[in-house]
Amino acid sequence: MPSSLAPVRRVLDHGVIVLAAASPATPAVAINATVQAGGVFDPPGLPGVAHLVARVLDRGTATRPAERIAEDLDDRGVTLSISVNRHVLTLACTCLSEDFEAVLAIVGDVLEHPVFPGEQVALRRAELVTAIRQDEDSPAAMAGEGLLRLLYPGHPYAVRPRGTVESVSRTSNEDLRAFHRARFAPSALSLAVVGDVEPSWAVEQVERILGRWSAPAPSPPDLPPVARPSARQRLVLPMMDKAQADVAYGFTTITRSDPEYYAYWLMNHVLGQYALGGRLGDSIRERQGMAYYVFSALDANVVPGPLVVRAGVSPGNVDRAIASIDEEVAAMAREGPTAQELEASKRYLVGSLPRALETNPGIASFLQMVELFDLGLDYDRRLPDLLERVTREEAHAAARRVLDPGRAAVVVAGPYGDRLG
Amino acid sequence: MPSRSGLEPASNASTLPVVEHTLDNGLKVLIREVHTAPLASVWCWYRVGSKDEGPGLTGVSHWCEHMNFRGTTRIPREAVKGIIEQFGGFWNGYTWIDQTAYVETASADALDRMLFIEAERMAHCLYHPDDCEAERTVIISELQGGENDPDELLDHELTAAALRAHPYRHPTIGWLPDLQSMTRDDLYGYYRRFYVPNNATLVVVGDVDARDALALIRRHFDPIPRSDLPRRAITREPDHVGERRVTIARPGTTGYVKLAFPAPAFTELDFYPLLVLDAVLTGAKGLSLWASFRTPAPQRRARLYRALVDGGLAASVQGALLPTEHPFLYSISLTASDGIELARLENAALEALARVRREGVTDAELVRAKKQLFARLVFENDSVTNVAHQLGYFETLASWRALESMRPSIEAVTAADVGRVAGEYLADTRRSIGWFAPTTVPATEEGGEAPE
Repeated sequence: MPSSLAPVRRVLDHGVIVLAAASPATPAVAINATVQAGGVFDPPGLPGVAHLVARVLDRGTATRPAERIAEDLDDRGVTLSISVNRHVLTLACTCLSEDFEAVLAIVGDVLEHPVFPGEQVALRRAELVTAIRQDEDSPAAMAGEGLLRLLYPGHPYAVRPRGTVESVSRTSNEDLRAFHRARFAPSALSLAVVGDVEPSWAVEQVERILGRWSAPAPSPPDLPPVARPSARQRLVLPMMDKAQADVAYGFTTITRSDPEYYAYWLMNHVLGQYALGGRLGDSIRERQGMAYYVFSALDANVVPGPLVVRAGVSPGNVDRAIASIDEEVAAMAREGPTAQELEASKRYLVGSLPRALETNPGIASFLQMVELFDLGLDYDRRLPDLLERVTREEAHAAARRVLDPGRAAVVVAGPYGDRLG
Repeated sequence: MPSRSGLEPASNASTLPVVEHTLDNGLKVLIREVHTAPLASVWCWYRVGSKDEGPGLTGVSHWCEHMNFRGTTRIPREAVKGIIEQFGGFWNGYTWIDQTAYVETASADALDRMLFIEAERMAHCLYHPDDCEAERTVIISELQGGENDPDELLDHELTAAALRAHPYRHPTIGWLPDLQSMTRDDLYGYYRRFYVPNNATLVVVGDVDARDALALIRRHFDPIPRSDLPRRAITREPDHVGERRVTIARPGTTGYVKLAFPAPAFTELDFYPLLVLDAVLTGAKGLSLWASFRTPAPQRRARLYRALVDGGLAASVQGALLPTEHPFLYSISLTASDGIELARLENAALEALARVRREGVTDAELVRAKKQLFARLVFENDSVTNVAHQLGYFETLASWRALESMRPSIEAVTAADVGRVAGEYLADTRRSIGWFAPTTVPATEEGGEAPE
């Protein structure tokens, strides 16, 4: 068995959580700063603010103009990527060990003192508008967004995550500053440092750089409850000039902290993950040759996230592909996974842990997930048992609870007429 | 068996600790012990890619790659899945212009099974007619899914325009008419011609003992006989005599501009100076096809980023100089910012290139580009899978020892070298320019939204 991660976790006086682990395999360090500042915190009626904040956050601070940050990162070969999902905003980069202090100082400064300069906001807003327009030309993006609209009416999940051209155009510099004031604070930040660096020294460096940051604790998110759809819903987004149609098909599920999570995880793995897309891959790709990609993904999260089946198929095969998804979904709900399938997925998931924890960025993401969902510092050691304990009955019960073609939301985007059904 | 000393990797600091051995049947074996995680990665590389495809057979290399996951005489199709998964491993494959490669990475105790799969794949794949038909439609779906992306469509069209004679000109996935007409015998014949030990490199990296690993490799691969390889006649690309243009006018939301220039092969002296030039223009990507997809280049100080993205004309800029066996293309891909005329974007890009041809690069730019490239050489070797990829990739193109000379080769590049290759390779007469010019805003209004 692999040796355990044994990370250091330190909560600084003002609430910043520091997660550090030593991994001297390469002379490099991964930094991952995760702030509870995702898209669900966009002001009502102004979707896309978190995404625009992410694009401008590192484009100028009180003491470092954009040019200087650009130079300090580029001169060290560092790509600082800032990503946003529904719940968190993440700054991530890898640097050479020799550059760790300098790069951490930039990350800290960017978190605490961004100024959102006017000309940078204008430039990055135009980039975001272009990205939104590209999404509008992508059947895969449109199908995914359409599905969440059907599954989460009245919930922030229903809103296009990057906003719209209209909402982004209307977003002011002051909206970005207000978002930063409201959501960025020591108590909303966890910072992981993994690599060729001594953990206790890394913690000291974080304390030195961010120790004087003072900001009130952000309010917890106020999210409406998620309802299970009561009937099947269908949506067709015709994009007649495209070569291939994208199908998104799904349900709402459970939260990550639900004790049934591991049963759901394994059930979904059998359905649409194992090897080349699980049972769905066997049917739609291997046996019927209809799709290059087909899989299902479970996003149990802070809220009951979706289980989404995705496939890309030629227009003539859309109906057959949806019928096949219906069949596999119904069969899984009726009978659950076989004992053999469940065992195979358990062995795979337990055995894949050393790969997930091989690289510095991989370990850093894992530690952030453990922190976000309060899984405990020994989670890497407990996980095998959590998976092993799931019975076939529990996995079957999970399938019965969510998988029902009669309540599925189905979206087709692409060169497909609107005669679905 | 090799002598004991033959199995000791050189320990000199400037050389990689790689055990190199060639079996009697010609299979080249590279083994590197890495004991940081209880994992092993196996890659099997074939010197066959889309440049080896003749008329009527475009896409056959990639299609064979797909077929080679569909069962062998000793691995029935239903049993393909599970062999590696039970060790927590992943498997995959890819095909490009010079190579076809297969990978498994799993816990190190799966080594025997990974080698078994690769030996079976080399000698005993089935190519059942029903499976060939199922993969035909899977691959056409892969092609059409790719062409949903206007940038990929433009890339295929521009590559075919920039190269007129060399078979690098057709996309690896193939042209649709060939995918519709190729037969099972075309596929199987191609497989038998190129999947022979003397056309392959087997790489093992991870928590293994090199001696034990080599013994296992011999047990699995020694029985496979060598076979004569067909002569490969490939037309060298003639010199460009003038600019070439492609315009795709189709419905879409976003415009794209792509520039392509004939580039040196990896083994040519000008490769590294051009790699440094690309880092100055668009940020350093490094030299790993497998790893560089995952991290965008550091490029905020790069010339084209400053001129075009900070200049408000483009939403993104990306350069690509990839290590290839024959001269391929250096390409620059631009996404136009919403509302920006493509001609204006193109002119600004060409002006920036004209300036670097005229003035060369500064010492500060040279230092930054090198530091970025050195950092990438570290970052792109952070897993056994990535380390093994690089050994196999470069052995397939030239020699794995190229990995040892990367850092010194980059170090040796001077500002004068970069200025010279800028003048030579980015010349107006050598360029090809592609536009994806969106014609209308496609309707995205919702069709039928109703409970059943």
